[in-house]
Amino acid sequence: MDGEDLHLTESYVSSSGLCLSPEQKTALQTSLPILRSQNKFTQVYFWGKIMGVKDDYFIAQGVIRDQLSGRKNFYSLDCASWNLMPQVTDDIRAKSLKVKGRFSGDPSYEFEQIDQVETNGIPSEETIVLREEDRLAAVIEGIIQDGAIAPRGAFTKNAKGVVVNNVNFQGLPPLDAVKLGSYLHLREAVNLPQKSLMEREKLEPAIDFLDPIEEDIPKGSWALQEERGHQVTLRSLYWPGLTAYHIPNTAKFGYCYFGLGEKNNDIPFML
Amino acid sequence: MPTEGEVQFVKAQSCLKSLQNDSGENLYDHISTLLAKILDERPGHVVDVFEDLSLNLKQLSKTCGETPQELGLMQAKLTEDLRTLFSGGTDDDAAQEISDEDMQTPLPNLMENAYFFEQAGIGLSKEEIFEVSLSLKQLIENNPLQKCRFWGKFLGIQKNYYVAEVEYRDGEEEEDEEEAAEEGAEKEEEEREEDGEEAEEDILPKNEWKPTPPVPKEDKGKGVNKYIYFVTNYPGQQWTKLPTCTPQQIQISRKIKKFFTGNLDAPIVSYPPFPGSEMNYLRAQIARISAGTQISPTGFYMFDEEEEAEEDDGSKDHYIENPEYEVISLKNLSDTTGANWTHHVQFILPQGRCAYVNPLQKGEDDFEEEEEEEEDAVEEEIEPETGPPLLTTIADDAEINGIAPWTIKMASERMPYFSLTFVRSNLWPGAYAFGTEKKFENIYIGFGHKYREGKEINYTPSVVPAAQVEYTLGPEIQEIDDPTVEEEAAAKAALAGEEGEEEGEEEQEEEDD
Repeated sequence: MDGEDLHLTESYVSSSGLCLSPEQKTALQTSLPILRSQNKFTQVYFWGKIMGVKDDYFIAQGVIRDQLSGRKNFYSLDCASWNLMPQVTDDIRAKSLKVKGRFSGDPSYEFEQIDQVETNGIPSEETIVLREEDRLAAVIEGIIQDGAIAPRGAFTKNAKGVVVNNVNFQGLPPLDAVKLGSYLHLREAVNLPQKSLMEREKLEPAIDFLDPIEEDIPKGSWALQEERGHQVTLRSLYWPGLTAYHIPNTAKFGYCYFGLGEKNNDIPFML
Repeated sequence: MPTEGEVQFVKAQSCLKSLQNDSGENLYDHISTLLAKILDERPGHVVDVFEDLSLNLKQLSKTCGETPQELGLMQAKLTEDLRTLFSGGTDDDAAQEISDEDMQTPLPNLMENAYFFEQAGIGLSKEEIFEVSLSLKQLIENNPLQKCRFWGKFLGIQKNYYVAEVEYRDGEEEEDEEEAAEEGAEKEEEEREEDGEEAEEDILPKNEWKPTPPVPKEDKGKGVNKYIYFVTNYPGQQWTKLPTCTPQQIQISRKIKKFFTGNLDAPIVSYPPFPGSEMNYLRAQIARISAGTQISPTGFYMFDEEEEAEEDDGSKDHYIENPEYEVISLKNLSDTTGANWTHHVQFILPQGRCAYVNPLQKGEDDFEEEEEEEEDAVEEEIEPETGPPLLTTIADDAEINGIAPWTIKMASERMPYFSLTFVRSNLWPGAYAFGTEKKFENIYIGFGHKYREGKEINYTPSVVPAAQVEYTLGPEIQEIDDPTVEEEAAAKAALAGEEGEEEGEEEQEEEDD
């Protein structure tokens, strides 16, 4: 959600049950613009909240020029002071997939997990150690990969190849806004290069350079609902707590994650 | 005389005008309209968006005759329903007649609760809560209710559920048509069974297996079925009453994990097969969540000391508000051990009930069956199941894989003077409670699933039981394996050896003679 008008946009996602207290909102509205000017971001977003057992992490995202590659994530425990998240290496990514359990709320906490590893055909046990800070960064990257979405046309690739906000985005028409195919993932396109040339012919290169969420596996992992006040809300069932919204015929859209930070791997049984 | 420049200009102009597409639009007109638009509107970053402006202009000229697209039908219907909620308040006659009775409505003060929940950072937006409030008012007007509470919201795939927990006024409750139908069906089944037994003539091997008798469900007003629940998909729509919950439904809902679709009639396809539709699954989850997460400050409720009637197994299930409640300070309420919060809903035993019932106990009507069963059945001694009694503090709740079952925090660290305590369940993500010195409330907003059901990281469906053996194995039907070649040879050798010995002995005897 945009850091500028947080107090307005927060009511769009609150139908999922989580909102911000007035104290948190004011703290964010004070600290986010400061974050933006300190780091010279073009835009700063309040990304969401990950609830740990003892404390919660508030996550903000700053964007420098390119909306896809210029993203930087910050976390805070009190909405006032922000810390840059560590870089996610492949090693951390692999470890974070194996470590399970709730976040504790303490960034220096170390997760230890015993993993069954086969080395040369002999099963043995290996202890994986992962710092909470690193796991947080990896989990957020995972959530963005799967869950960060925007309506089609909201972002364009300009002539220099930089992904920017589309100034001319008027909003999706109401009939399109209820179709899953009108929403795109905000990540480097994975499925798109594999499409045949015939399919690609119908796409507009300036807008359709991202994957539509319709093709997500498992099918049905997005719940699209219309709410009162013409709002369309999308909830991810893969990452429970991720809510995205769009108001048709306006340029208002956004997404936010308020959750435990755990992937719902049981989804095939639940649909 | 036209100058060279003017001649060139006219040439260029006519050239551009001649570049037409199929529908007769030419390039010259298009560019001139575009430039006029840019000069009029002065949009920012023109150079970057020039192509988009051009595209928009082309599209605009084609569609300018169309009416704006209509709102989806869905939206129109929702807002209509909502409007009916608001129409009651503007009636002049009704406004003058607000009597004392009306002011004592069982309607809860949801807006006050909404304020507190917002301080804690949970809950729905104030507008949504107001809509729910109006909707509850409608529910109260249509039903004679003693108590009414907004229990929470379930998020579903297509639609969501808003749940209200109510208690009818004494004697006003209607007999469910469903339950009467169920009883009728049971009697029919019994009659059919008796007919079937008489028709048997051949003595076939009798199947000794009997299904465990079903655990009877609890009566209304007791245990799991203490309150009645109503649900609706959107504020403004009709509230639907949920049926009472049976122990089988609770037992099986512990073994499955399904998302709610939002339609009460949706079937639940699962293993073990769930006895009922989404309506029953919803009711079972509501029962489990209530039992696990409805809490209040310690001492707020107490057992009624005057009441003598207790359940058979000694558990108390009736509580009243404590008139001598000592207000617990905020600091103590926020105590992280949880000693100052207690459960005020009974624990559900593994059986699926709150009060234990031995399923093998013979009922009063089963005299005929009793005689038969005494001959065949082996009496099993079952230990009665027990659980934590009512009004135990949450400090005694079991940990989940090493994580505390509850997170208790002060909502505001910076301004603790007017703050409140906020409790979050880690076992049922989505269950919250807040407490101040004067007030407390519980709410549930979530998908309706337990965290780590079955204590494993990922959900594992139950294993299908092994196929049952058709006949009991006994010597008359069991085949003996044919001996292998080695065994035959060994047996022959042994026999030959014996005969040899015997001959030897005989020879010896002969020799001796």
